[in-house]
Amino acid sequence: MKKTPLYEKHMELKGKLIDFGGWELPVEYSGIIPEHEAVRNVAGLFDVSHMGEIIVLGEDAEKFIQKMVTNDISDMDSGQIYYSPMCYPDGGVVDDLLIYKYDNEKFLLVVNASNTQKDIEWLQSHLFGKTELKDVSDDYALLALQGPAAQKILQKITKKNLNEIKFFYFCDNVNIEGIPAFISRNGYTGEDGFEILVSSGDAPILWDKIMTAGKDEGLVPAGLGARDTLRFEVCLPLYGNEIDKDITPLEAGLGFFVKLNKDDFIGKEALAAQRSEGLKRKLCALEMIERGIPRTGYEVFSEDEKIGHITTGSYSPTLNMNIGLALLNIEFSEVGTIVEVAVRKKRVKAKVVKKPFYEKRYKK
Amino acid sequence: MIIADDLKYTKTHEWVKVEGTKCYVGLTDYAQIHLGQIVFVDLPEVGDEFSAGDQFAEVESVKAVSEVYSPVTGTIEEINEELLDNPALLNEDAYANWLVIIEMTEAAETDRLMSPSEYRDLCDKLDEEAAH
Repeated sequence: MKKTPLYEKHMELKGKLIDFGGWELPVEYSGIIPEHEAVRNVAGLFDVSHMGEIIVLGEDAEKFIQKMVTNDISDMDSGQIYYSPMCYPDGGVVDDLLIYKYDNEKFLLVVNASNTQKDIEWLQSHLFGKTELKDVSDDYALLALQGPAAQKILQKITKKNLNEIKFFYFCDNVNIEGIPAFISRNGYTGEDGFEILVSSGDAPILWDKIMTAGKDEGLVPAGLGARDTLRFEVCLPLYGNEIDKDITPLEAGLGFFVKLNKDDFIGKEALAAQRSEGLKRKLCALEMIERGIPRTGYEVFSEDEKIGHITTGSYSPTLNMNIGLALLNIEFSEVGTIVEVAVRKKRVKAKVVKKPFYEKRYKK
Repeated sequence: MIIADDLKYTKTHEWVKVEGTKCYVGLTDYAQIHLGQIVFVDLPEVGDEFSAGDQFAEVESVKAVSEVYSPVTGTIEEINEELLDNPALLNEDAYANWLVIIEMTEAAETDRLMSPSEYRDLCDKLDEEAAH
């Protein structure tokens, strides 16, 4: 199994290590629920070094990315970040990624760990003009400091005025007590926070510096378990669950990131057709009415008809309720619709509710 | 981890306390530690019948679903309804909070259950395996 540069830290902190797509990473330290609550109320520090980082360079870099992703990056500022799905010709999703723009000839793509290899092959096979790809995933560690106290904590160890880094923007070469870092204001929890990219060798020292800086606030190390429940409550999609090679971004409710009015991009035709014909299924939020926890893959019924499946389901620590995201046939997607989730041998009633379960609290 | 001296155990991490033909069944401390915070408990209904080894309940943490098996053959006489509203009681004290009381039909079955020392050996072995 692959280890991140922070593996020794996780061992020291007695993190419960699991195999996460080939990476040995902590699912929790003190427990998913206390870590989840710390991020909602104060702050948590995550090791997300398993994420893939790909640099796109060259005169045609912008044109190339425009062709590959569904979002329109033509109006991006230097120093800005866009989220976008990347699709197959049939509209299914290759991956969802963050695009960081340095300038018109240099971009950084941050992709899902388990998709990194597939993405590189996909991108490589479509490369054109003066464009070059560099997989730098192994050179860097990525730390995510998330929660309402994130800025206060990080500001203690850098002279850079963090107010200058706006939501979904980044700043390169920030000095964090001698460590050169690439800092962005974004995350995967629905809270304010930063992601900090540093050389692998600097990661353990930076981890300690941040943990020390956040001691008085109550900063805790947080694992992948809390990362999942946090992103799930605010309905941020996870590849392999809400989006996949056979689920389109439109079905997953990501239409905002599909710009059908831009020039040709892979998947445009299929997605345009899907939009004009109307969706046949849609990602919905479910709140359980009867007792039971919906889990990924459980089937959803209306009387005897199978109408979809749970993409992610869990107990929600913030809401103290059992909730699920489900891909449902369109006629059952209206808020208020009563459906039944097959929780093992039982049918358990649930209700379609408005997304998200919990409002994001970004600092914009 | 606590292993109570006055109870019997199963290899699937249930504890058993026998009172005549009645049998209290709960989840061991080892089980609750490994599950983490328990957020949901599903219990059978009074009057349901089970054979030894049948699954009769489920406990769930944030991430995992765990099945609970009946240590004996018999009929559910009482369920601990408090757990339905407050499943975290199982984390607070695994031995004070029983799941169900079973009226046994074959009391001799409890002879086959593990003693506290046998159960401790099992837990040690499992921990050792997990460390490798």
